[in-house]
Amino acid sequence: MDPDDSLSEDPWTKPSSSGNELLKIMPSDNHSFTNFNLHAQKWEGSSYLDQQTRIEQQFSGFTQPKQTYQMDQHGNQMNENNDSTSTKDWDPSTLLNNLSFLEQKIHQLQELVHLIVGRRGQTGLQGNDLIVQQQQLITADLTSIIVQLVSTAGSLLPTMKHTLSSVSPVASQLVQFGCVTVPSATCTNGGGLPCNDGGVTKVEDQSNHVDQLRDCGIEQNHAVDGHESKDEDEAEEEENLPPGSYEILQLEKEEILAPHTHFCTICGKGFKRDANLRMHMRGHGDEYKTPAALAKPHKEPSSEPTLIKRYSCPNVGCKRNKEHKKFQPLKTILCVKNHYKRTHCEKAYTCSRCNIKKFSVIADLKTHEKHCGKDKWLCSCGTTFSRKDKLFGHIALFQGHTPAVPLDETKGSAGTSDQGQTSEVTMKARREDFKVNASHGNEFQDPRDIKSAADDPGSYFSPLNFDTSNLNGFQEFPRPPFDESDSSFSFLLSGSCEYPPHKAAKYMSSTELE
Amino acid sequence: MIPKVSILGKMKKQKPNSESNFNNHFDLLSEEIVFSILDYLNDNPIDKKSFSLVCKSFYAIESHHRKILKPLRSEHLTKILSRYPQVNHLDLSLCPRITDSSLTVIASFCKEMLRSINLSRSKFFTHVGLSNLVLNCGNLVEIDLSNATELKDVAAAALAEAKNLEKLLLVRCKSITDIGLGCIAVGCRKLRLLSLRWCLGVGDLGVGLIAVKCKEIRCLDLSYLPITNECLSSISKLQYLEDLVLEGCYGIDDDSLASLKQGCKSLKALDMSSCQNVSHVGLSSLTSSAECLQQLILAYGSPVTSAVADSLQKLSRLRSVKLDGCQVTCSGLKAIGNWCVSLRELSLSKCLGVTDEGLCSLVTKHKDLTKLDITCCRKITHVSISHITNSCASLTSLRMESCTLVPREAFVLIGQRCQYLEELDLTDNEIDDEGLKSISKCARLSSLKLGICLNITDHGLTHIGMCCSNLKELDLYRSAGISDLGILAIARGCVGLEMINIAYCNRITDGSFISLSKCSKLNTLESRSCPLVTSFGLAAVTVGCKQLTKLDIKNCRNIDDAGMIPLAHFSLNLKQINLSYTSVTDVGLLSLASISSLQNITILHLKGLSPGGLGAALLACGGLTKVKLQTSFKPLLPQPLLQHLEARGCVFQWREKPFQAEVDPICWKIQLDNLDED
Repeated sequence: MDPDDSLSEDPWTKPSSSGNELLKIMPSDNHSFTNFNLHAQKWEGSSYLDQQTRIEQQFSGFTQPKQTYQMDQHGNQMNENNDSTSTKDWDPSTLLNNLSFLEQKIHQLQELVHLIVGRRGQTGLQGNDLIVQQQQLITADLTSIIVQLVSTAGSLLPTMKHTLSSVSPVASQLVQFGCVTVPSATCTNGGGLPCNDGGVTKVEDQSNHVDQLRDCGIEQNHAVDGHESKDEDEAEEEENLPPGSYEILQLEKEEILAPHTHFCTICGKGFKRDANLRMHMRGHGDEYKTPAALAKPHKEPSSEPTLIKRYSCPNVGCKRNKEHKKFQPLKTILCVKNHYKRTHCEKAYTCSRCNIKKFSVIADLKTHEKHCGKDKWLCSCGTTFSRKDKLFGHIALFQGHTPAVPLDETKGSAGTSDQGQTSEVTMKARREDFKVNASHGNEFQDPRDIKSAADDPGSYFSPLNFDTSNLNGFQEFPRPPFDESDSSFSFLLSGSCEYPPHKAAKYMSSTELE
Repeated sequence: MIPKVSILGKMKKQKPNSESNFNNHFDLLSEEIVFSILDYLNDNPIDKKSFSLVCKSFYAIESHHRKILKPLRSEHLTKILSRYPQVNHLDLSLCPRITDSSLTVIASFCKEMLRSINLSRSKFFTHVGLSNLVLNCGNLVEIDLSNATELKDVAAAALAEAKNLEKLLLVRCKSITDIGLGCIAVGCRKLRLLSLRWCLGVGDLGVGLIAVKCKEIRCLDLSYLPITNECLSSISKLQYLEDLVLEGCYGIDDDSLASLKQGCKSLKALDMSSCQNVSHVGLSSLTSSAECLQQLILAYGSPVTSAVADSLQKLSRLRSVKLDGCQVTCSGLKAIGNWCVSLRELSLSKCLGVTDEGLCSLVTKHKDLTKLDITCCRKITHVSISHITNSCASLTSLRMESCTLVPREAFVLIGQRCQYLEELDLTDNEIDDEGLKSISKCARLSSLKLGICLNITDHGLTHIGMCCSNLKELDLYRSAGISDLGILAIARGCVGLEMINIAYCNRITDGSFISLSKCSKLNTLESRSCPLVTSFGLAAVTVGCKQLTKLDIKNCRNIDDAGMIPLAHFSLNLKQINLSYTSVTDVGLLSLASISSLQNITILHLKGLSPGGLGAALLACGGLTKVKLQTSFKPLLPQPLLQHLEARGCVFQWREKPFQAEVDPICWKIQLDNLDED
């Protein structure tokens, strides 16, 4: 007998979660879960399609271990209640599905933000619009996640009401239900919590069961949190911790950039890791050699509830700074370090292979260097491929995409063309050139002028070129809003702008000589 | 039409001033009528020139009439393009030096008018000029870029901007790779004809993309490309493909042809010469797919056995088969004879294993043959000739060079039975005067090759001259029995003669040349080693044959500067000349500089030639593209001069041939036969 059967009602028929409406009202209509998917598609563009379908597949399937986990948690607390509520057909598998869907959703968002962060790292300068767009996109996604979560929790409400008489036990029960130690701050905070999302605030306002909902939200967040904790990167910023549910720490710039964080109290030598410091301490005397001294410092007893720590970037104006109205906290110190270096520091490490890409985090450089030069097959849309046949498959698939001619070749071929001009060439030919020049001044010179102007060879690959320059035909290629990273390799189109300046100069002078 | 008004205006203006009483009849003709008159002035380029020189109005009419331009020099492009605004086809194959600026000039003058350009013989331009041309001339439909070996993918990318391109020839563009071809595939979606012959940098991926993107393709030449099965399956999906050339594609095998099975319903001609990995297994898969196949070329491929022949049996529309150079079995030929179709054209040139038995059974079934090539089928005898002439009465072309076992009597049958012959190649055969007399009944004969036929004399040739008035091409190479009388008969009877080869006919004298001077259409004259011919004879030919473009007077020792001066004066169309071993000196060579169309010159062992004179002559001949010279001159000519000439587009071929004494034709033939026996 499944104890969860007692919790009745299919949650997805009742509350719903379709994007725009959700921002305004607490849904009371019968939007189904697929609707949500459709909206998500709308938000994320066509490139998202395949991911979406993948998710749906996973969503429909069971994640067995998860379920058992849930059951265990429920087991102790809810046994006494099952009989009374078993009449309602609440389906725990649906709930589980919903939860795992939410998990997927958050994962996607995480990936998305990864991309944004990566891109921001490469293309130093970027239009404000793009950033705004990205923010909107993320906000929208977050909103939908939260709303989804709320509605998931909402599905539990009737049973809750039925079984539990007062509000406060519900909270505590739910907390245990999710196996979370709820920070005391949350409990005392009351209903009007400051929320980082407008949509959710409204939802809460209209809800009759604010507390339950909120607590459910916390529970859900924690589940996500635990799941992803192995991932140390900053990109899982999109966890939905309600403001106030965590402690905000802000390190100073010097602190962040300091190479060492663990210092020897005796000699002052710095270490990156505590373990190394402890090994170092052995040199300072026998008292540091005891197993107790060498062992990891004892952990806090888990029984005592501790406030979740989150970090803020010291740079005011940054979205990761606590002053920002859409503040996104950073999760670990490492995240703070990487974020600060990537976003606010000079990119000091240049790739030794391409000499183009720059990084401020040395790990990023190493990751890049592993692949740099391998993706030598380039499409006009900016996508690179490590294999030629993959490039051609890509081009065969899309309309208007063209293989891009490698840069070195464009330089090489131009060099051969001026043999005739530089060697002792016929006076006749030169005179002819000159005549032509004189008689058709405009048409003749125009293209060349344009070329030499647009001709800084370094600029082809410079990230600046990516958005600002009007390479012809760029608009033809529909770009997914978040394409992968290498787009800053600006593509070379149709050989029209590969006219190296030295050649142009040479040519001009040879005609002007006459 | 604005031009018309202005022309008529001019004419009217001129009239009262010059000859007020004289009524110009051309005034009565509309421009369209004059244009259609001009359409007939195509035989000699000089005719139109003369027309335009009559008066200003004629000049204007002519300049608005001309659509095709084939300039000799790129230096004058500005002038000629402004003179001829209606030009839509520009053939630059005579201009060795076309730079980016030349292309820019063309682009700025022709603009949208230009539909076709030929750059196949030009060098020195790059992707920059090409891009300029393509961007300005949006209506370009045809581009010939063959032999542009230096052009790389950037140029191909520039070409891809020619969105309306339908025909593109990239023969020997070895530096273009899949990437460049990919650009073309994406850009030029309307392509109907594409030749990638010898584009060694192109492989499966590029060709495959062409097949995916350019759905309109009719003709595709992929000769000598390193392609395999992979691209062939996408090629087979081309709906309109009619002509596919896969010559020398060693990566193509039976499996590739199996992949053709699904498609290629439209294929009409397939060339798989030198595809050695294709056997009857692959060919049999063709029969199920390419039902419309009309022409099949399997030259230099796998042996033609009965299995191969049977595999092709079901191709019900087959008209032409070429099996040149294949090992052929008797059963194979018999199996071809059993095909239900009646072939029109068959080539067994240089096929080993062609016997009387096989060939006879074949020709008795295929009675509708119009073209038969049995060159070098050395095993066949009069039996085959008898069968061929008996069953294939409608033959128009018979090539049977070096069928050495065919006796002289057999040739009489040809003349008796195949009266529709237009082309007959009897080089190196036993034919004699009787045979020639019989062949003279073929009144439609236009090309007759009698090289190395030692049994023929003036007597037989006179019959040809008297009866074959349509003869355009006559080859008498090393037919030593011929003398002035025979040539006289030919020159009298065949006034339309365009090409004659009397090399090594050592009894030929000035008399022959004087009689040939009556053939006003003669454009090719080869008279190597005719020691009796002098400058006088040459002068006569040059005066009479204004259209002379190729002249080979190698080893005519009695020709000297006196022959060169009239040549320089009259033969304004001369493109190619061989002066080796003649008595021409600096003066004669220098005088040739006045022939502006002269491109190709061979001057080995000219005794009277000095480095200074040679240098001056080379410098003066502005249009030279190829010069064959003795290596000994190389250090004697100033280096900057050579560089200068090369920059103009001239290629030097340095030869180190020792001075050769001439051999009697009959001795030469005996020597040749001895070599064969060894």
